[in-house]
Amino acid sequence: MNYLAVGLGGMAGSVIRYLISFYTVNLWSGYFPIGTFIANMCGCFFLGLLTGLNENKEVIPKTIMLGLGTGMIGSLTTFSTFSLETIQLFESSSIMAGFYVLSSICLGLLLAWVGFCIGNHRSRKGRLEN
Amino acid sequence: MNIFLVAIGGFFGAVTRYFVANKLSFLNNSFPAATFFVNLSGSFLLGLIMGGFPSSKWTLLVGIGFLGSYTTFSTFKVEMINQLRKKKWKPALIYMFLSYFGGIVLAFLGFLTGLRL
Repeated sequence: MNYLAVGLGGMAGSVIRYLISFYTVNLWSGYFPIGTFIANMCGCFFLGLLTGLNENKEVIPKTIMLGLGTGMIGSLTTFSTFSLETIQLFESSSIMAGFYVLSSICLGLLLAWVGFCIGNHRSRKGRLEN
Repeated sequence: MNIFLVAIGGFFGAVTRYFVANKLSFLNNSFPAATFFVNLSGSFLLGLIMGGFPSSKWTLLVGIGFLGSYTTFSTFKVEMINQLRKKKWKPALIYMFLSYFGGIVLAFLGFLTGLRL
């Protein structure tokens, strides 16, 4: 059951990532891999949020958490494509490659943190009201 | 058809990542070993695929679908947040550096290996 939840979530996440890349390819005129960047940043925020919501009490049941978090958001974001795109960027512009890595490091961490704080805040509030 | 290939790959990529996470969970107290392992091995394999088999069907099924889902960026970041919240500054920095440096170098090595296949 857990494996099925993760698999179905993974299916959804990878398709969403593919569609984001497909529809954003023209947003940036240079070589910047904007699709992967958007998918990774959104995923950091939402996984932070889910983790924060479940921090104090199990608000989201385990199977749903696995499907949404491990499956869908885990697959929406990708590290392998990020690594390969960095190498491809290096061939055209090392400044751009450096910018891609640095912005992924900083913004990804920041968004995961903000998501976690919002989720954690909500779950604490919910616990006080109960 | 393209979306179908990505979806099939994505299903098995996520399941494989979950399987690795379960198998390596005993290491998790000291270091997020499972995420580290999938991200580095996935980077190498994606380089290999893109260097050796750059046809679009393989790229969609194995590259974007399977390896895209097998590796993860969000879990990596949330694990770093957890380390930072516990004030484990040094392990967090080491985890970050090794993941980025290792992932990029391994993708490059995979690509070079793929070109020779």
